[in-house]
Amino acid sequence: MTWDWNAVSEFLPRLWDGVLLTLQALVLGSLIAFALGLVWALAQRSSLKAVSWPVTAVTEFIRNTPLLVQLFFLYFVMPEWGITLTALAAGVVGLGLHYSTYTAEVYRAGIDGVPAGQWEACTALSLPRSRTWSAVILPQAIRRVVPALGNYIIAMLKDSPMIAIIGALEMLGQARQFSAETFQPTEPITVIGVVFILIAYPASLLMRALERRLVR
Amino acid sequence: MSAENTTSKETKNPAVDGSQLITFDNVTKRFGSNVVLDNLCFDVASGKHVTLIGPSGSGKTTILRLLMTLVKPEEGTIKVAGEYLTHEERNGKLVPASERHSREVRKNIGMVFQQFNLFPNMKVLRNITEAPVHVLGLAKDEAEQRARELLELVGLTEHIDKYPSQLSGGQQQRVAIARALAMRPQVLLLDEVTSALDPELVAGVLDVLRDIAHTTDITMLCVTHEMNFARDISDDVLMFDAGRVIESGAPEKIFSDPEHERTREFLSAVL
Repeated sequence: MTWDWNAVSEFLPRLWDGVLLTLQALVLGSLIAFALGLVWALAQRSSLKAVSWPVTAVTEFIRNTPLLVQLFFLYFVMPEWGITLTALAAGVVGLGLHYSTYTAEVYRAGIDGVPAGQWEACTALSLPRSRTWSAVILPQAIRRVVPALGNYIIAMLKDSPMIAIIGALEMLGQARQFSAETFQPTEPITVIGVVFILIAYPASLLMRALERRLVR
Repeated sequence: MSAENTTSKETKNPAVDGSQLITFDNVTKRFGSNVVLDNLCFDVASGKHVTLIGPSGSGKTTILRLLMTLVKPEEGTIKVAGEYLTHEERNGKLVPASERHSREVRKNIGMVFQQFNLFPNMKVLRNITEAPVHVLGLAKDEAEQRARELLELVGLTEHIDKYPSQLSGGQQQRVAIARALAMRPQVLLLDEVTSALDPELVAGVLDVLRDIAHTTDITMLCVTHEMNFARDISDDVLMFDAGRVIESGAPEKIFSDPEHERTREFLSAVL
């Protein structure tokens, strides 16, 4: 087996397309995961059983079933009910929804970590509930969990090749297509492995730096 | 021993105008099988400074927490400024209060905590203006003006733009006092406000509180182990033991000539 630099350079334009799609899925997936996770976390704390119970059931279900099955469901089963998504849209929704159940737990830990005295001070000042959450509790809770949320972005990056299986041509998808056409799997697969490290490692260093800054 | 639960009512003659700002009527509070307050009756007249003393676990702090609705009584009623705190009247019947009703009544009460409980994500100024702006609906300028006056009162004008973590414990507690006063409460609850402080910082906080006690007409309800401070500011001292008021009276009387053996033991241990 020999290493063919020509294959690498031929793969580069597609690699670039793949990188863009990976990042797109990652950014959109993260936004969904962060926003939805917060909604789950708050809903689970609701004193209304009719709200907290179904949300807990749904998030437990999503967290405990494989992402790949969820992606298949979104892409292949939803059209049966008249909801047809592109591969990228299904991928983004799948990643975001799946990871929102993890970020919900992160937010929950962050909210639980805010000292009881902060709630008591809000009561003593008669702050309304909405203001208690938005001005006091969430700013402190989220500050604490930013590093943990960041780690889930990195985990999501490493799960993103799964959306190749439903046909979204992110990095792995591009590499697979390229090797199928050229019968040269070594170069493209190796190159995307390197690119994953080039994105993930600096990102995890950044998270560690953030952690030192934010968590006192 | 016979009149334990009504002691304070009988000795409450100083309340000549009869305007009781706070009234506890047969309040019982249990945590599990542990009876923390046992059929407690007492009241505090407007403008009075009342200190609660007694061994830890005797229910003093629970009284403040009941007034702040941080805990709820199992039995009995509490009135503040003529309104039921934990109950409300609906169709002539007393029912448990809605959060809305409790919040309205609670607006009369400010509290300073042992652990300060400043908001660490806000600078000193916003710690003080947050509630006046968002609860009382004050304009930002007005709230900031009031905050500056209060910071001057507690001697922290130059720290207005700092975060709580940049201040000493004593300074944080003085900010907390300013924050409570910014709501212009009728009643100020002080829950062992110097217990978490380094000894050299205690005096600064107590001086501020003395100043407030002597220059304002705010009603104070104070749990403290600082007996000299209690003697200085109190109109009345209530001695608690096992969830009951076992003795009450003017500080001179309680501190120099207590009637109850339990009070004598307690005072000799802390003085």
